[in-house]
Amino acid sequence: MNKLFFELGRYILFVRSMFLKPERFKIFFERTVHEMNNIGVGSIGIVTIISVFVGAVTTLQTAYQLVSPLIPMKVIGTIVLDSSLLEFAPTITCLVLAGKVGAHIASEVGNMRVTEQIDALEVMGINSSGFLGLPKIIAGVIMIPCLIIVANFLMISGGILAASLTDLMPPNEFIQGARETFKMFTVVVSMTKALVFAFIITSMSTYEGYFTEGGALEVGEAGTRAVTRSCVIILFADFIIAKLML
Amino acid sequence: MIELVNVNKSFADKQVLFDINAKFEPGIPNLIIGASGSGKSVLLKCMVGLFKPESGSINYDGRDFVHLPYKQVREVRREIGMLFQANALFDSLTVEENVDFPLKMFGKLTPDECKDRINFCLSRVGLENANKKYPAEISGGMKKRVGIARAIALETRYLFCDEPNSGLDPINSRRIDKLLHDITNEFKITTVINSHDIKTVYDIGESITFIYRGKVWWQGHRNDLDNTRAHNPELDAFIRASQF
Repeated sequence: MNKLFFELGRYILFVRSMFLKPERFKIFFERTVHEMNNIGVGSIGIVTIISVFVGAVTTLQTAYQLVSPLIPMKVIGTIVLDSSLLEFAPTITCLVLAGKVGAHIASEVGNMRVTEQIDALEVMGINSSGFLGLPKIIAGVIMIPCLIIVANFLMISGGILAASLTDLMPPNEFIQGARETFKMFTVVVSMTKALVFAFIITSMSTYEGYFTEGGALEVGEAGTRAVTRSCVIILFADFIIAKLML
Repeated sequence: MIELVNVNKSFADKQVLFDINAKFEPGIPNLIIGASGSGKSVLLKCMVGLFKPESGSINYDGRDFVHLPYKQVREVRREIGMLFQANALFDSLTVEENVDFPLKMFGKLTPDECKDRINFCLSRVGLENANKKYPAEISGGMKKRVGIARAIALETRYLFCDEPNSGLDPINSRRIDKLLHDITNEFKITTVINSHDIKTVYDIGESITFIYRGKVWWQGHRNDLDNTRAHNPELDAFIRASQF
């Protein structure tokens, strides 16, 4: 229990220390754009594959469960849309990003710690946590919601594709079902989750890397810890957001 | 000048430094020597602010570094250059970009002036043709020299070197020693070098502080070493062990 409070306190202080005025805005901006490319553009491939397949599988499994002839097939479109927007796109995508982006951030920062690069920044008079962490957090908070928007679109597209390729129903019927019950609020929930999860992934991973002690082995452990802790906190936050907003 | 007054440092319940008092003058290489685990690196890290001492003061030309507010600590740090044991070069940046880094962060130079300064620093350490190489593509000795070039890029007033010869062959070790000696003399900077290389001590040790079990055991010039050894068994043991 003591360790939990120690880690929580250290994490809060670490996050607070990041939000100081950067030394040079031009360099800060360049680093943020670089991180946006790493986090956003670098993750489009995996997000595309996952989204299309999750959308397709959700469509097929929903159809499998809807056996009553009294329920119109277009309901599948409704279910796929809502489940994609509310849960699958933000949560599954962010769990995958916690693995990809989180491990990358933790190992990058952890490696800088064990090779004294962070000490070098500190000795130069640079706020190392802000210099390393803040561009990653800002890049994550901008790019991950964009990826979630793409994921939403691709999940629904995957659903339409699966429905039409397996002759379940024509695309028009799927889209009609999706549009009939669409509520804008589900998009708000989806984006709220994306923002919160993005912050969790980037800040937790930077934190784990920043406090790495030891050598190469510990850098690997920091990466693993960043992924597992980010995933657990994302699931916990997912529950809280669902409870508060729905 | 850097002056340490009664510096104490502990980790948990283990005290590592005991009432350290020392003065490091500008323009001459100041060496801190001692066996591994004697507290040299901890002392150096206290001096650059990576560790905070429990008590005592560290004065940079009269500015008490330990008790200054964070903003002013950062101002002092901008006058400090440090050569780390593992070099601490930024892997993702080229040699040129590594030297340019402090200039970009804190310098007020135009891009052309920056380029001139980078070329000057790199030529000063004998690395004229390595601008575009990455740290992974150069040798250990070259990395040390890039580290020195980066440390002096901002016209540093205080230079700290943590075991600058570690991992180097004897030829490159002497080359780094000479470079540190010349740079210190040329720019009149206060240089503090952590070392347990006895050859370095005899070559450039104009002011030597011998640390033994976290205490300042002896201070003096390299010329006094041989006379002192006779009455100082700890120093004698350190030098003899290093020579064999």
